[in-house]
Amino acid sequence: MSTALVTDLTIFVLALLVGIEVIGKVPATLHTPLMSAANSIHGIVLVGALLIGLTAHDAVGYILAFVAAFFAAANVVGGYVVTGRMLKMFRRKAAPPPVKEPQPAEAAGAPEQRESVRS
Amino acid sequence: MTTFTNSIQLVYVLAAACFVIGLHLMNSPATARRGNQVSTAGMVIAVVATLVLLIHEGTVTAVGWTVLIVGALLGSAVGLWSARTVQMTAMPQLVSMFNAVGGGAAALVAIYSYIHDESAPGGVLGSTTVFTVLDVLIGSVTFTGSLIAAGKLQGLITGSPVMIKGGRVINLALIVVALGSAAFMFTTASLPALLLVVLASLAFGVLMVLPIGGADMPVVISLLNAFTGTAVAMAGFVIQNWALIIAGALVGASGGILTKLMADAMNRSLANIMLGGFGTGDTAVAAVMAGDAQIRSIAADDAAIQLAYASKVIIVPGYGLAAAQAQHGVAELAALLEARGIEVSYAIHPVAGRMPGHMNVLLAEANVPYPQLKEMDEINPEFPRADVALVIGANDVTNPAARRPGTAISGMPILDVDQAQSIIVVKRSMGTGYAGIDNELYANPKTSMYFADAKKAVAEMTAAVKTLVG
Repeated sequence: MSTALVTDLTIFVLALLVGIEVIGKVPATLHTPLMSAANSIHGIVLVGALLIGLTAHDAVGYILAFVAAFFAAANVVGGYVVTGRMLKMFRRKAAPPPVKEPQPAEAAGAPEQRESVRS
Repeated sequence: MTTFTNSIQLVYVLAAACFVIGLHLMNSPATARRGNQVSTAGMVIAVVATLVLLIHEGTVTAVGWTVLIVGALLGSAVGLWSARTVQMTAMPQLVSMFNAVGGGAAALVAIYSYIHDESAPGGVLGSTTVFTVLDVLIGSVTFTGSLIAAGKLQGLITGSPVMIKGGRVINLALIVVALGSAAFMFTTASLPALLLVVLASLAFGVLMVLPIGGADMPVVISLLNAFTGTAVAMAGFVIQNWALIIAGALVGASGGILTKLMADAMNRSLANIMLGGFGTGDTAVAAVMAGDAQIRSIAADDAAIQLAYASKVIIVPGYGLAAAQAQHGVAELAALLEARGIEVSYAIHPVAGRMPGHMNVLLAEANVPYPQLKEMDEINPEFPRADVALVIGANDVTNPAARRPGTAISGMPILDVDQAQSIIVVKRSMGTGYAGIDNELYANPKTSMYFADAKKAVAEMTAAVKTLVG
């Protein structure tokens, strides 16, 4: 067993314990944003995808690099954006009515429409 | 390791610290947005450091740069578009898709690393192969499993359990093939063996999720989230990268905790859920109350009177509420009641939605302030003081039958709705919930049934309250 492996395993175990400690404190209200945030964090695999480029010099390597970069980038960008979008909705007090879109005639429009306009 | 690569690893540790702090800040809705920003900053740091490393090494070919940049830009565009346009009711599908691509990318990293190592003189290092195999196994299972889960949630694949004849035998065979090929890889570096592992794992992912019913999705998504994290951590071992190891471990921990919370909230073991087919058996005890029970039906006006003259109302939302798109209407009704000085809160069962915490997001989107969203343990002692409990689209999680042994839901933690002074249940029909058993709450003398679609019922009640109080 190499020193590098021992170091890696140590880091893994400690990170696991830190994760359990930190995430155990997240309230149930935020569990969906939490999972979405965790989702964006595992988008770190983008780093691994980029590193494929270091040694990829043939068609197979390029294809794998392309697909991995595509997957990981979708994961990372989508994850962070949607987490931010969700967290923006959590308010301590209901938003005061004037904040809602001052749409001319369609003030009574469906709430779903209002949301899609806002985002 | 050179000083340069060492510094890059240190930057990765900084990025990982940002992830931990970001997750820590999610312990309160007030700081959660900042947490997401800190986490994003960590990710940007890690990606920039990687690009610096790629440039410094100078071994990336022109084609290499092109595929990486085009791939990443296309992926970013797809991710951005889906994140911007997704409906909050469809969040579980999106999370599932992100699990799929994350797990898939992690598997690809290991596959590439293996192919690359195999062509190098000296073959594959044994220690690398353990993680390679685990990464490929878990990543591939996550990839197809998550796609199937997303398909079920989106309604592309039936939400009810799909039981394939001999499915368990096939699963067992796939496990044997995957582990057998993996074992062979330890003795001889072999690309076909690796491909066999990939194919068997992909097939296993499909067969693992197909037999699981729609309402078990909170557990499945959490579990697949944990899988993805683990796969990413394994990819970190394969390419000796601390950022991947730490981030993967954090996600693995998060997914693991949520899986346990969800399974506990249903009082079912993980094995029981994964073996699937819930709601297909256990019907023997079903018809306890059918005969002599008195069901009281109620109309909008009576419901409005009860609500308008209450001093404390607890709303109990279930997935039926979201399915009927009634969350905005409920928020409006609640705001109306609050304006009359009535205390309104929401009792949210952990499995009220299709993923952990889903219902909270749906209500937050409908402009419900988060202090009104109460967890089960917090709200249960408050039910006896509530004048009205308004149950909308929730069924099994309110069934008092869970308190005694011998039913399909025995032992499942429930919301103590029956303790409220009066109960109004909005429901389309007397149909049973996911567990396939009658809800004894409906026969309770304090309960009035309001038979209507959730959205329509809420609108009618709101209108009636308005007329009533002018």
